[in-house]
Amino acid sequence: MLSPIILVPAVLNGLLTGAVYALVALGLTLIYGVLHIINFAHGALLTCAMFAAFFAHRLLGLDPYLAALGLTPVFFCLGYGLQRFVIGPAAHGEDRNILLVTLGLAVVIENALLYAFRADTRTINLPYGFDVVEVGPAFLSVPRVIGFGVVIAVALALWLIMRFTDTGKAIRAVAREKLGAELSGIDVAHIYAVTFGLGTACLAIAACLLLPTYYVNPHAGNAFVLIAFTIVVLGGMGSVAGALLGGLIIGVVESLSGLYLGESLGQVGIFIIFILVLLFRPSGLFGERA
Amino acid sequence: MSLQSLNRRRFLQSTALGAAATFAAPAVLRAQGQPVKVGILQPVSGAMSYSGQQGRIGATLALEEINASGIKSLGGAKIEPVFGDAQSTPEGGNAEVEKMNSAGCAAVVGGYVSSICLAASQTAARYDLPYIVDVGVADSIVTRGLKNTFRLGPGFGVLAKTAIDNLITLNDAAGKIAKTVMIIHEDSAFGSGLAKLLNTQLPEKGFQVIETIPHPTPTRDFNNVVTKIRASNPDIVIPADYYNEYVLLARTMQQQKVRPKAIYSVLGGAASSYKFVKEFPEAAQYIMDCNHWFDPKNPKALELKKKVEAKGEFFTYEVYMNYSAVLLLADALERAASADRAKIIAALESSTFSGHVMPYGPTKFVNGQNQGAAPVNTQVLGNDIQVIFPAQFASAKPVYPMPKA
Repeated sequence: MLSPIILVPAVLNGLLTGAVYALVALGLTLIYGVLHIINFAHGALLTCAMFAAFFAHRLLGLDPYLAALGLTPVFFCLGYGLQRFVIGPAAHGEDRNILLVTLGLAVVIENALLYAFRADTRTINLPYGFDVVEVGPAFLSVPRVIGFGVVIAVALALWLIMRFTDTGKAIRAVAREKLGAELSGIDVAHIYAVTFGLGTACLAIAACLLLPTYYVNPHAGNAFVLIAFTIVVLGGMGSVAGALLGGLIIGVVESLSGLYLGESLGQVGIFIIFILVLLFRPSGLFGERA
Repeated sequence: MSLQSLNRRRFLQSTALGAAATFAAPAVLRAQGQPVKVGILQPVSGAMSYSGQQGRIGATLALEEINASGIKSLGGAKIEPVFGDAQSTPEGGNAEVEKMNSAGCAAVVGGYVSSICLAASQTAARYDLPYIVDVGVADSIVTRGLKNTFRLGPGFGVLAKTAIDNLITLNDAAGKIAKTVMIIHEDSAFGSGLAKLLNTQLPEKGFQVIETIPHPTPTRDFNNVVTKIRASNPDIVIPADYYNEYVLLARTMQQQKVRPKAIYSVLGGAASSYKFVKEFPEAAQYIMDCNHWFDPKNPKALELKKKVEAKGEFFTYEVYMNYSAVLLLADALERAASADRAKIIAALESSTFSGHVMPYGPTKFVNGQNQGAAPVNTQVLGNDIQVIFPAQFASAKPVYPMPKA
């Protein structure tokens, strides 16, 4: 048994890391819940957003947190456009095609980034990048604590949007009964694109939260996406609260299994959970039964 | 046909001697300086792409130099590079070697990671195609008895031994202040192999290894690892990681205010990287590394450094190791006076090449391994990286233990 001096920081770190996982998973779960497709381009879009945040800092001197305010609408529009003018038309209404189109997009985006920016790993150095707050025996990195707060706020905002706005209601209607929604006068193509836009906007925020402590290269986003898939399954497909809670759980599980089994096997904990959820609660923590 | 080959003889042959002579001309020209094709194999896409692209820069710079005058014994023939992308996988490396062989390459240089070097050199061996390893440090690369494979740089065994010897020298000189060690390593062949070596050899030399922590590549977060380091408080931390993880680890250590007596890496991914020092000077300060390095007292090396930096690139070990490997091949071509593969292999076997920019002893190949190859120890001091061991190449005195912040 490890002493609390190690255990407490490990749990807190797990929560902080899990928050960012949750945000990436939020985007994924929205898109899955409504469009019923797995967006393979999610990782590539996250990398895109990280590059955007990086260059906003490098070229315009924008702090990543400020950049988030600008990048979020930009990436919303990007996501909207992608779904409306590329993925939607190219898929001809078949789920199988959408899957392949997003996979193709991922390949194109990653290689375009590789071509444009080469494989260099880029980091930014912020004055507060190394600041910590002491919580008991733990030194928590300030950017990660800020990140945690922002993720909770974003999740809350998303939940409110989904719950109380007309757009949110339309999104839920399309997710549950596409034909019925269409018959009631909801523009399904528009709602699809809005959802894809929201999912992509989440990535822009995640990228801005990651950059102060992480690095970006043309493959950086992929490291987060496999985990995000697990979280989506754990939390329940399409559930905002599920993604948030799932993300935090996965973060802590990864942290603790890394501690007990060694970092190399840390990932094992995540995938054991993944398999257990699929076996015993296939609809996830907050998912509705099919 | 290139412009260079339109020389006086060609002109005379095709005009004065008429059409019959023109048919004979290509044979004459080949003897006179037809370009020699050489495969430049690097992983320029995938996980290793940064290193691959740096390696290609080094090889290209060497080729520019060589081609300014050409290979004299081949009538001023130029080396024509055939670039290949190993895509960061051994299979990718194999496929490129096959292509290079069919393209008629006289030799292949590169590979970068051990796994690609192992696979690619074996494929090349099937065609008796000379293969010069640029970096790949696994000892097995040169112990398989492949006649075609040569390595100018040091292998793993030499690296680890030198690292441990230098650590002991360093610690003894400071009055044996360090006794405990913690090893943080990435969990593929390179990191695990090294950790195993250190775990057997360090206790014999009076060090206690408190804990060995493996982690995967990529690792997204090092906070737990650093918390463990803080709790165990070792005198020396030995990281063996690739670049990104190394930087994350060092940054997290700085953030969590963990400051052992020394951070001493062996082939540390970022420990002797100008990029790291430039971007995170505080996290990098005083870090020591036993690694590949150029000879800081060799004017040619300094000139190369200037050239690379003028292009806005970092002068990483991939650059000068590939540069040196290509020059080694050019020297062999010069002495073989032929693009024949067997003759090139023979010329490499007897090579005493000294025109490289590495801090090595005299070049002598035994079973394909250069016996003069050796790593050096570096330390980040101020905004620069200095050589601290061995004495004949040293540019600064080591700072040990690390001053308290």
